[in-house]
Amino acid sequence: MTIVYDDLGDEATEQVPTRRIAFTINGRKKIAEVEPRLLLAHLIRRGLGLTGTHMGCDTTNCGACTVLVDGRPVKSCTMLAVQVDGRAVATVESLAGPSELHPLQEGFRAEHGLQCGFCTPGMMMAASALLAENPSPTEDEVRWALSGNLCRCTGYQNIVKSVLWAAEKLRSASAG
Amino acid sequence: MSQALDEVKIGGLGASRKRVEDERFIRGRGNYTDDITLPGMLHMEILRSPVAHARIRSIDVSRAWEIPGVRLVLTGEMLASRNLAWMPTLSYDTQAVLATDKVRFQGQEVACVIADDPYIAKDACEAIEVDYEQLPVIVNPAQAVAPDAPVIRDDKENQPDNVIFTWEVGDRAGTDRAFEQADVISRLRLHYPRSHPSPIECCGSIADFNRATSKLTVYMTTQAPHIIRAAVAMVAELPEHMIRIVSPDIGGGFGNKVPVYPGYVCSILASILLERPVKWIEDKSGNLISTGFARDMYLDGEMALRRDGKILGVRIHADSDHGAFFSDAQPSKFKIGLLHSTFACYDVPAAHLTARGTYSNKAPGGVAYRCSFRVTEAMFFQERMIQAAATDLGMDQAAFRRMNFVPDDAFPHRTPFGFLLDSGQYAKCLDVGLKAIGYDDFRARQEEARQRGRLLGLGISTMTEPLGAGNSREFDILGIKMFDSAELKVHMTGKAILRTGAKTQGQGHETTWAQIVAHELGIPADDVVVEEGDTDTAPFGMGTYASRSTPVAGAAVAMVSRKIRAKARKLAAHLLEVSEEDVEWELGRFYVRSAPDRGVTIQECALAAYSNMPDGMEPGLENTAYYDPPNLTWPFAVYIVTVEVDPETGVWDVTNMVAVDDCGVRINPMIVEGQIMGGLTEAYAMANMQFITFDAEGNCIGSNYMDYLLPSAWETPGFELHSEVVTPSPHHPIGAKGIGECAAVGGPAAFVNAVLDAISHLGVRNIDMPLLPDRVWEAITYRRDVSGAPPVRSDD
Repeated sequence: MTIVYDDLGDEATEQVPTRRIAFTINGRKKIAEVEPRLLLAHLIRRGLGLTGTHMGCDTTNCGACTVLVDGRPVKSCTMLAVQVDGRAVATVESLAGPSELHPLQEGFRAEHGLQCGFCTPGMMMAASALLAENPSPTEDEVRWALSGNLCRCTGYQNIVKSVLWAAEKLRSASAG
Repeated sequence: MSQALDEVKIGGLGASRKRVEDERFIRGRGNYTDDITLPGMLHMEILRSPVAHARIRSIDVSRAWEIPGVRLVLTGEMLASRNLAWMPTLSYDTQAVLATDKVRFQGQEVACVIADDPYIAKDACEAIEVDYEQLPVIVNPAQAVAPDAPVIRDDKENQPDNVIFTWEVGDRAGTDRAFEQADVISRLRLHYPRSHPSPIECCGSIADFNRATSKLTVYMTTQAPHIIRAAVAMVAELPEHMIRIVSPDIGGGFGNKVPVYPGYVCSILASILLERPVKWIEDKSGNLISTGFARDMYLDGEMALRRDGKILGVRIHADSDHGAFFSDAQPSKFKIGLLHSTFACYDVPAAHLTARGTYSNKAPGGVAYRCSFRVTEAMFFQERMIQAAATDLGMDQAAFRRMNFVPDDAFPHRTPFGFLLDSGQYAKCLDVGLKAIGYDDFRARQEEARQRGRLLGLGISTMTEPLGAGNSREFDILGIKMFDSAELKVHMTGKAILRTGAKTQGQGHETTWAQIVAHELGIPADDVVVEEGDTDTAPFGMGTYASRSTPVAGAAVAMVSRKIRAKARKLAAHLLEVSEEDVEWELGRFYVRSAPDRGVTIQECALAAYSNMPDGMEPGLENTAYYDPPNLTWPFAVYIVTVEVDPETGVWDVTNMVAVDDCGVRINPMIVEGQIMGGLTEAYAMANMQFITFDAEGNCIGSNYMDYLLPSAWETPGFELHSEVVTPSPHHPIGAKGIGECAAVGGPAAFVNAVLDAISHLGVRNIDMPLLPDRVWEAITYRRDVSGAPPVRSDD
């Protein structure tokens, strides 16, 4: 059992009402005492130390903070931590296995789908939700699925190629 | 005899080597500023002004202090008592750190709170009460120079009005004569709207002052760590050797992360006062409304033409709106950046340019957003003017350009504004682009479509731009010359560490610099680790912006590798027991000229440098090179776009886009293409949707991503890239030229020219960017030009 939140100092914690939540992060069960207003992104980044989930815009537009909640892509900057009580959260840190990369990670590297890397975790999480639902997306379907995730470096062409590369690899793996 | 090394296999020049930095980014293991947590770290938030121009009657911070967990509340008054309320800018002006007398733009920093937790700091900011007395607001240069305009910078002595500078370059009399001889004079006036570079990662810093050692360490989002170190030394009056600036992974820069911002300064001061690490992470709204904007320039020009299409002369005036503080990041000699690089690719006999900069009640900035100091405005105006002139002459757009290009045999070519072009094959690039887009039959298709009520358009943009600031004769920032540096340490096992004065923000230096070492020394790129961004370890350099990394720092990497090779040659001669003159080099290996089988590898030389050096030789195999480029590099680009415009709605779609970039030798073609596609997307964004404007009260419209529109994967068109034409730079050690910004610089005009071409039969000469559907619809419906200059109406 783990309790995770920032130590606010004695005087502060006394005044801040908290709520206890139980959830799963990347397959591991956690319990946390959180302020009701705490954003999920901050629970993930500061409470759990998983800094792969990035904060870009604070307004649900850029998608850098995209994680999966019960398998669905969610922008964690505008979801409250208390809303994941009883649910399962997956972040970019869950993609790679112990020894090998996820095909999406391989695809982004192979097709030069990233430059500064800041939007990449959110892109990959949004793409993983797409591929779970649709293993053979068209280019247009990939573009639509990623339309809630902004990138300023790549121009998207290689990101789309990366996702298609991963889809192909996943299909051939499941066929094999 | 040993087999010669395959350069591509060892990751040398021309290899599309997969990126080294990706290994951490795809795992979510990057290390961006906000990812860093230090023991005992506090958090800072900034209170910003809600109004654009107002006198501060009072600031009451008492309620903020009462909130548990608040450690410090800073106001301008407190900074003033330490002489820190104002700081110098990179353009010899001053900027308020925290406002004292007045606020001068919406979003200006008024106070800041340092607390145990960022939520507490935000609560405390909201508890601060500021009493503002509102003043008249200025949002464009015309208002700034009106006779009754309020003086924004009444804090400055000798500043009776809102004019920052006037500047001119070129030959006024000669240009006047050219206009007297002209058969046709074309005229164009336009506004290049204010834009924000808007990397997805905002700005931030963690200042960590250690009282015990008196050392200040600052982790921060900066593209130019060494310049920041000098600036901090000057502003905070700390000894420079006790300051360490670390620029960790950066989530995009695009020029936004060059200037010094009040948030950095406040976090440093707070850390010194509290003796605790203080983290400041800006939110998106703060980033968009207060940090370095770009563009916001009004251009008015004329072109003198001979009837047959020959350009005789060009005259341009630029009014630039710099916001409340003149904090452009640009070489000190050039008040309006390199705007006078305009028309460089054309043979223009006479030219004259005047410029005037003014203050307004808008955020300061004037940064080089994915461009080399105002080159974007220069090339946009150039290519819009070229299209207007060709139309006035009734000439074909491509033929008019081809007729006026600087010809291949004219290099080096001196432009009328004094630049020296190094090389190029302009007509060849244009031909590649025209063929790819299907130019030959486009006009027929366009005419046929018009008969059926459909509007097709084709836009061309061709340009060369000056990249790689700079040579130290002409380029400095605050007097610091714009050279750059590289340090290479080859270890005894032949592995190496390379450090430069540049700072990657996604450009892939960790991958490409190692490729230059591999090319020069034959050490496999995988054996070279690249580090940048820590001023305690990196050699002094001016950082990464203005496409200067490859032209300057990249050249330094080649030069330091050659210094290492020169020493290795002496070691090889010693090992081979021959004189140095008898030693020949091939990639990765020295051999005896008369006996090529007898040789030693660079790795064997490295071992000898630590274990078996000749008598009298200094041990080790390490060196540093400072590179002061003899000239700028001049890549050339052709961007051609076809569009279809919906006459009912004004919506336009890109049907095809072709890019031909001649950037000389490509170190890593994969990365170069990635840079071009990124630039094209920003060009499309600026032409289509991305701009920041203001209403009459100075409210910033574009303060979040719901108002400041950036294209997603859904809107962004596909691009066809061409690399057939390669003209190596004659002065760069490996023949490379800058490339990171060409597409963002030259691209916008191609899109705008295409839309205007589609409606050219309606007599519309200009629509200001972005070409929003309502603007295009208005132009079509009323057959008139559409201005985009602020103020615009707000939502009411």
